[in-house]
Amino acid sequence: MNPNYLDFEQPIAELQAKIEELRLVGNDSKINISDEIGKLEEKSKKLTEQIFRDLTAWQVSQLSRHPKRPYTLDYLSYIFTDFDELHGDRHFADDAAIVGGVARLDDKPVMVIGHQKGRDVKEKVRRNFGMPRPEGYRKACRLMEMAERFHMPVLTFIDTPGAYPGIDAEERGQSEAIAYNLAVMSRLKTPIISTVVGEGGSGGALAIGVCDELQMLQYSTYSVISPEGCASILWKSAEKAPEAAHAMGITAERLQELGFVDTLIEEPLGGAHRHPLTTADHVKEALLASLERLQAMDTDALLERRYERLMSYGAPAQ
Amino acid sequence: MSWLDKIVPSMGRIQRTDRRTSVPDGLWRKCPKCEAVLYLPELEKHHSVCPKCDHHLRLTARKRLDWFLDAEGREEVAGDLQPVDRLKFRDSKKYKDRLSAAQKDTDENDALIAMRGTLEGMPIVAVAFEFTFMGGSMGAVVGEKFVRAASLALEEGIPLVCFSASGGARMQEALFSLMQMAKTSAALEKLKQAGVPYISVLTDPVYGGVSASLAMLGDLNVAEPNALIGFAGPRVIEQTVREKLPEGFQRSEFLLEHGAVDMIVHRSEMRERLGGVLRKLTGLPATGLPDVEAPDLVDVAEQVSENDEPLEEPGNDR
Repeated sequence: MNPNYLDFEQPIAELQAKIEELRLVGNDSKINISDEIGKLEEKSKKLTEQIFRDLTAWQVSQLSRHPKRPYTLDYLSYIFTDFDELHGDRHFADDAAIVGGVARLDDKPVMVIGHQKGRDVKEKVRRNFGMPRPEGYRKACRLMEMAERFHMPVLTFIDTPGAYPGIDAEERGQSEAIAYNLAVMSRLKTPIISTVVGEGGSGGALAIGVCDELQMLQYSTYSVISPEGCASILWKSAEKAPEAAHAMGITAERLQELGFVDTLIEEPLGGAHRHPLTTADHVKEALLASLERLQAMDTDALLERRYERLMSYGAPAQ
Repeated sequence: MSWLDKIVPSMGRIQRTDRRTSVPDGLWRKCPKCEAVLYLPELEKHHSVCPKCDHHLRLTARKRLDWFLDAEGREEVAGDLQPVDRLKFRDSKKYKDRLSAAQKDTDENDALIAMRGTLEGMPIVAVAFEFTFMGGSMGAVVGEKFVRAASLALEEGIPLVCFSASGGARMQEALFSLMQMAKTSAALEKLKQAGVPYISVLTDPVYGGVSASLAMLGDLNVAEPNALIGFAGPRVIEQTVREKLPEGFQRSEFLLEHGAVDMIVHRSEMRERLGGVLRKLTGLPATGLPDVEAPDLVDVAEQVSENDEPLEEPGNDR
């Protein structure tokens, strides 16, 4: 099994392996097999399209966690320029599971804050698999309030399995750190755009996700609890995660139908990790469009709209 | 099987299955902590606090508000809100069926009760979670009702008190449930900005999405003794960190020590303590009410005189 491909992508992996093999043979011999390769490439593309046309919620969930998926710092380098990372919550520590700082988006100053996962084992551990502790949320809050003071829009990138469930996190007030951010973001006097680029894991995601506009990448997810967690509680078996993923409606597409998502950002065929630069272009385009809409509003109107938006969640039908 | 079991098998079975919370004949109840068998009317007299070991047993929302508010002048807020199964959610059971079962068992529409009333004569709005209704989980109705209670407190400029007891978000309402965290926190932020006091009383247990939103945002966070309070449940933490949790972890006393709550208040002193604090926060005298009638009469007199001589001080309406 090719680890770069998910379970349901294995037929594509097999075809790709065949193409690679042919290429090697082609290099060695004098037979022209480029026609053959071309045909197989075409077949592989068709197969990918076919597989990706009807992804289940669980398959999307696996894509959203794909180890090669672009993370916040990747988007920072692709989309933004002149990024100065700012560290620490000024109280306890700097949490590497959340990164943030000032940058430019097409020359305009912005505050960028996002969850950060690691690529190799060492970095994964350092970033705590993208699960922030209270100091991470407090750093985010500090940066958001700074953005308010200096009239910069806040752009957050969401990609976390959830807030870290650890002893130290509890001791330092994980609940309070999240709750405090929710309250502050609801009245922050500057536009906030949140983009879910991978996993939107529950309160740990929402703590930097209260916003004026919510964008989701096509194969990202956002949910109140992980499919595994939901399955082990309601079905009494983590193996029912695919059912739970479907029942909760965690995909960007479903959440757009339900009215949570303002912009669904299309991913290249096969997912963001196959063409990170193209994905980043799409994200940038969406961010610019969203910013233009929000910056046309005066602050009072913006805040009133944000409040009404929050109040509309689950409000009884009129 | 002992000879006694053979003779009276049914008796043996009752003793085994109901060991922990047996309620024989509805007149006796076992304390879940010290296992003392308590006479129910006696227990009620002690506000469901075990007279033997001082354990604070869980209360229904109505009983809680009944004990907390003055007997006169109570009015339920938004009592008619009904839960909606927006996602047609189904696990081993349909959410719809779970809802009707919970409604039948508890005789409540959902997991939060809100009331306008008075505390030692001082007008307040109080809400309480019904833990027996699907674990006091926060879905759209809980969020909406909480917001209506908070808005009422804001409009009238009277304090809000919340007694939480909840396992967290309601998974069956998925992202609608998650967004209630942001919704309730935004409403509380309005109170904070307006200087309307909010006291959050955490009672056994408070976890997850409720803990990480409305329950930690009080001007005062108050806990009942020995309540379990945290973001992540002990089992999840143990599985994550793979070490034994320290003694007293996530108990009220642990939270007080780590600075998450202001005070631990015994149930029998709750009215008096909160009343005293709220009186200070709202500038009321230590006992009784200020002469509400007198300033009102002055106001009325002024208004009357203004109406009589409308041109006396023109341009004074800054």
